Amino acid sequence: MTEAATTTRRLNMIEAINEALHVMMERDPNVVVFGEDVGYFGGVFRATAGLQKQFGKHRVFDTPINECGIIGAAVGMGAYGLRPVPEIQFADYIYPGLDQLISEAARLRYRSAGEFIAPITVRSPFGGGIFGGQTHSQSPEALFTHVAGLKTVIPCTPYDAKGLLISAIEDDDPVIFFEPKRIYNGPFSGYYDKPVEPWAKHEGSEVPEGYYKVPLGKARIVQEGEAMSVIAYGTMIHVAQAVCREKGIDAEIIDLRTLVPLDIETVEKSVKKTGKCLIIHEATRTGGFGGELSALVQERCFYHLEAPIERVTGFDTPYPHSLEWAYFPGPVRIGEAVDRLMKA
Amino acid sequence: MATGPDPAKTARGNLPPLSLHVPEPNFRPGDPVDYSFLDIPPAGALPRPDETCAATETTPLCSGMVRVLGDDHRAVGPWDPKLDPETLRRMLRAMALTRAFDDRMYRGQRQGKTSFYMKCTGEEATSVASTFALAADDMVFPSYRQQGILIARGYPLTEMINQIYSNKADKLKGRQLPIMYSCRDYNFFTISGNLATQYPQAVGWAMASAIKGDSRIATAWVGEGSSAEGDFHAAMTFAAVYNAPVVMNVVNNQWAISSFSGFAGAERSTFANRAVGYGIAGIRVDGNDALAVYAATRWAANRARANGGPTLIEHFTYRAEGHSTSDDPSAYRSAHEREEWPLGDPIMRLKRHLIELGEWSIEQQEAMDAELVDLVKAATKEAEKNGILGHGLHHPFHTMFEDVYKELPWHLEEQAEQAIRERQIKWPEWKPE
Repeated sequence: MTEAATTTRRLNMIEAINEALHVMMERDPNVVVFGEDVGYFGGVFRATAGLQKQFGKHRVFDTPINECGIIGAAVGMGAYGLRPVPEIQFADYIYPGLDQLISEAARLRYRSAGEFIAPITVRSPFGGGIFGGQTHSQSPEALFTHVAGLKTVIPCTPYDAKGLLISAIEDDDPVIFFEPKRIYNGPFSGYYDKPVEPWAKHEGSEVPEGYYKVPLGKARIVQEGEAMSVIAYGTMIHVAQAVCREKGIDAEIIDLRTLVPLDIETVEKSVKKTGKCLIIHEATRTGGFGGELSALVQERCFYHLEAPIERVTGFDTPYPHSLEWAYFPGPVRIGEAVDRLMKA
Repeated sequence: MATGPDPAKTARGNLPPLSLHVPEPNFRPGDPVDYSFLDIPPAGALPRPDETCAATETTPLCSGMVRVLGDDHRAVGPWDPKLDPETLRRMLRAMALTRAFDDRMYRGQRQGKTSFYMKCTGEEATSVASTFALAADDMVFPSYRQQGILIARGYPLTEMINQIYSNKADKLKGRQLPIMYSCRDYNFFTISGNLATQYPQAVGWAMASAIKGDSRIATAWVGEGSSAEGDFHAAMTFAAVYNAPVVMNVVNNQWAISSFSGFAGAERSTFANRAVGYGIAGIRVDGNDALAVYAATRWAANRARANGGPTLIEHFTYRAEGHSTSDDPSAYRSAHEREEWPLGDPIMRLKRHLIELGEWSIEQQEAMDAELVDLVKAATKEAEKNGILGHGLHHPFHTMFEDVYKELPWHLEEQAEQAIRERQIKWPEWKPE
């Protein structure tokens, strides 16, 4: 599954992403990185730190504050033969670029019958839990999973972040790469009133040097179990793990890693084994990716289900600032769902 | 003491109520047409600055109009590109072929051979003469009315018609609306039905060419109507910021379906004037004057190639026909507009110029027109062997699901099986191709 690795180090997620960009820029002269504040400054989250110094201003540069232009230019660069990796500073800012993503990048291969492709990886920090308010906390992944032609990838550890980002950059289809910014610096358990854990204590922070890939479209079984299947991605994997650990539940936790194309096989096999299914995401509930997952599980595992499928999500409101933790699908909301499934 | 302005001093007094200005074209169906309000300078009147000049030197060109062919059909002034007669005849032929092709395809749509067609009648110079001023490997990002580019670059007519018919030989596998060509081998980008999206893409392509130290430039086309899109301004900003080697064309044909150019801002300023605000070079050109279009494009292309950056060219022209086969312009504009258009017809003007030079004749023109009709007819017959829309000769069924991704994911494989099953229920004797 992953290629041979040499030495490993303990990295946080930002360092792992930065390293993936370094590796790919070294390997492929067609990889270019650009976005708001990514050049000299190295990005507001430091994901592109050092790149401009090493690879020059022609391959790593700042852009105007214009997401339509950023994605539109990336489509044109892809048509030329480059492999652009634009950064959208926050997922909340991606909307001015939606037409270029949905009508253009996603359909270029189809409408030109393969003459033109969009080998673009759009990196963007997403999700809440950092007191970012409604314009720095959103999880808009379902807008992209709904679009034929886009791939949507979300890592939950530094190891996966590096390996998935390398796969995404090498992929010839457009990839939306959402980085859960709450876990850039440590695996957040959802207990916001407890001390923050650094990545160094987490096994997922062991990151090999150099080039390796984590394939797109393959889920990871975070922990095996019998009591129920928990299907999640990003920050919510760590919250789910903490809740199950605290409650002593022998759950099978599946990190989807890629939402489209989805690893339905792993999901189906797990739910058929456990007979119970809990789906968790931070994004708003109505029309969220959890609805799609729930429908798929119902279609494929109905006669194995011993309880209704549970869906734990953010509320259908904008992400509030002061009441952030009331919005966040934390241990209490997940705990209730786990209890219901255990009683069933 | 209170802060803020004193409300008594900011009172509005007895001003009349505000009133919203909704633009209204000068002429509606049945109205007589008088174009004397248009400020059209004589041919040869505007200076031609050096291609490496400061962008500000082009400011007078943005509100004026570069014209080469005078009313006497002679080429005059500093913008005269001094093309040899053979090049002029080739240009005339490409424009005439574009018109002959349009006429045939329009009839084909009316005969039910396809669903849709768009003519470029009266605008042939804006695409054909531009193409003559570019290198064959310069990348073009067209809008939907630049069939003249493909014809000028020698793309096979039969391939164009296969696409228009969405038949089994259509290189785009019947996926795109007619005329939304894609021709990578001819450096012609895939046309989008979403307007102006190609503008920032062209700038991105041009940036890539500069990143790679290439010598090729990019060009983009947009109508004056869709120059109102945000993408236009994204492209202008990026082009200006990175001094991208790109030529950006606005074909101002006065009408966006039924909305006149006033709805894109024409009542306030020319479209070329937008270049001034972005600090890039701009030229407003008589779009029905093939020599002026050629000269302006050549100027901009040379400038871009010399790292002088982008140029915005407004082609002032007139959409002589409806927006598309789905449109009826008699419902919203005066039929006299076309007859009275003060810049004439681009093909007629180039023809008369060649005759004036003693390099062409009415007889030669008639012979060429007849030959081109036959050429298009033959290409149509050839394409019809591959089928017309809706007559069963389309690409294999499964291709509908291909190219969404490079590899077919499981969910599309499942949906492909379903589609094939549905077809077999309806047509039990049908076998998947």
